[in-house]
Amino acid sequence: MSDQGARDRNERARHEEIDAARREFLRNIAAASVVSLGGGMMLYTMGGEAFAKKPGDPLDPRKRWGMLIDTSKCTSGCEKCVEACKKENGWEAEPGSQTDVQWIRKVDVKDPKTGFMASLPVMCQHCANPPCVDVCPTGASMQRADGIVKVNMHICIGCRYCMMACPYKARSFVHEEIPEENKRFHAPMGKGCVTSCDLCAHRVDAGQIPACAEACPEGAMLFGDLNDPGSELRKRLKEIRSYQIRADLGTDTGIRYTRLP
Amino acid sequence: MKKHFHYEYLQSRVGYYTALLSMGALMLIGLAAAIYMETHGHVVTGMTNQIVWGMPHVFAVFLIIAASGILNVASIGTVFNRAPYKPLGRLSAVMAAAALAGGLIVLVLDLGRPDRLIVAMTKYNFKSIFAWNIYLYNGFFAVVLLYLYTQMSQDFRVRRYYKPAGTLAFVWRLILTTGTGSIFGWLVARQAYDLAIFAPMFIALSFSFGLAIFILLMTALMRGDERPLGHGLVNRMGRLLGVFLAAAAYFTVVWWLTDLYAAEHRPVVKFLFFSGNVYSWLYWLGFIGLGTILPMLMVFSNAARTSFKPVIFASILTVLGGISLVYFVIIGGQAYPLVLFPGKEVKSSFFEGVINPYAPSMPEILLGIGGMALGVAIVLLAAKTLRILPVTLADADVDPHLVSGEVREMKKAA
Repeated sequence: MSDQGARDRNERARHEEIDAARREFLRNIAAASVVSLGGGMMLYTMGGEAFAKKPGDPLDPRKRWGMLIDTSKCTSGCEKCVEACKKENGWEAEPGSQTDVQWIRKVDVKDPKTGFMASLPVMCQHCANPPCVDVCPTGASMQRADGIVKVNMHICIGCRYCMMACPYKARSFVHEEIPEENKRFHAPMGKGCVTSCDLCAHRVDAGQIPACAEACPEGAMLFGDLNDPGSELRKRLKEIRSYQIRADLGTDTGIRYTRLP
Repeated sequence: MKKHFHYEYLQSRVGYYTALLSMGALMLIGLAAAIYMETHGHVVTGMTNQIVWGMPHVFAVFLIIAASGILNVASIGTVFNRAPYKPLGRLSAVMAAAALAGGLIVLVLDLGRPDRLIVAMTKYNFKSIFAWNIYLYNGFFAVVLLYLYTQMSQDFRVRRYYKPAGTLAFVWRLILTTGTGSIFGWLVARQAYDLAIFAPMFIALSFSFGLAIFILLMTALMRGDERPLGHGLVNRMGRLLGVFLAAAAYFTVVWWLTDLYAAEHRPVVKFLFFSGNVYSWLYWLGFIGLGTILPMLMVFSNAARTSFKPVIFASILTVLGGISLVYFVIIGGQAYPLVLFPGKEVKSSFFEGVINPYAPSMPEILLGIGGMALGVAIVLLAAKTLRILPVTLADADVDPHLVSGEVREMKKAA
């Protein structure tokens, strides 16, 4: 009897072990599913071409982040991208203020001879040959390995030569103290330094797309890797004619537009 | 026969200390203005995200251009062997370094983060003309001090190197002004700049700005210390100023003629030179009329042979005309909007396609004047502690060829 009881206990224990192993297996499956689904979701938001960068990992120099803006979908007066950028990166621009920071703005362009009009967002164009980087005396104005052009606020001396050199009026000087509630860890801005759009580098590094592109209700801003022939961005660029602002300057911008006047 | 000149310290006079204290007061006011700007941010200035560089840059660029031109006086004596300029070498070298110091202090104190000057000294982007200029400025101080040392040393073995040092300083100053001009000339995106002519134009401007400032300070020091100063020498310097003025104006004319020829640049030329706005007035009335033609008439007049006044007034007008031109270049060039879409009408919240307004603020102007005061104060202190000012600059002592009939008669009468 006692032997029978001991066998039963062992049997139960074995079953429990098996159950525990099954549960563990199922947990792992679930976790793997979440990870792969999450990754899949991530791939979906990135157009299936980017992976989140682990903190401390080097940037991939084979990539060149860029954007195609379809101006046929962009309407005059819509400021969704600008509002999203303000919220994400913590800047405000009072209407009519000459000194407030602006990372992105909507520009209405009209050909006076033909009447053809377009409305488009203009921000840092993330040039392959950025004049702002060339002129910066300290190297604060810099280009990341993945093509994103930004300001290293920690070594910017506030000389504003990059603002003189930028053909796209993409840079702003921080003329006064930034209110505490507007400060963002990922987008440091300091009084006396220059600042500009960094293509939401913190989001891109985390596998997301820039806030402006995400906020566009028309999906007019297609973000992706300009160097990857398989990317959605490159496929679109192959299909349709795209333009660079002031292409004559040879800056080779990372931001491209369709239908410029 | 080689002439030996005697140099002596400035005497302790009430006028000297009054001048020094006045400069000290202006420097303190300038420093206070800089602290005010740094504490509150540049929002308290007239500068904006459109007019990025303002009055401090006008003063700084003017002084930096002038600094290399002031050294030209020494170069004319050392490199080009013009006898009347030889005794002026020491004063010229000191004054050039002082003007550069005055200009640089304004530039540094206007930075958004002047506390990070050490970053500018330790982190260089060698592709930047700005970074090159930091080397050129520091090198200028070193080369000018070396040049001064070879002029003032008691040791003949050092004095032997006076000519090579002077030649090095001359070449260095030409490169330095090329660098200053290229800060603007290499701005490919700005409609008003993007021209190689900025470098030689700045060199020509440096000749006239520098000589004018030198004449003014030299005359003030010599007269203030009651030392003889010859009409022949001042007249000769005045006539040289006239030639430099013509050369500088020539380059500005080639600038707008070149831009006028290109359809792409016509709108900016029309805006800057021919639209009757403040910038057109600054160029035509300020620089060409009052800053070039009028002083040229003065320095080449008969009155300039027997009186200091025409050359002094011409020098003052050259300085004012020069500041007008630098304002015209720096502020006017930014007032014209960046062209992102050539030939198109544009509108945005970031002042696209509109003429950018600018009103200089008091702190900016006071900072600029403070920088000028620093330059003068350095010259005053140097002339009191070093033997840089000749005991006499009478024509007969400097170069007998300069002695005009008038002066001979005055001497006879005396």
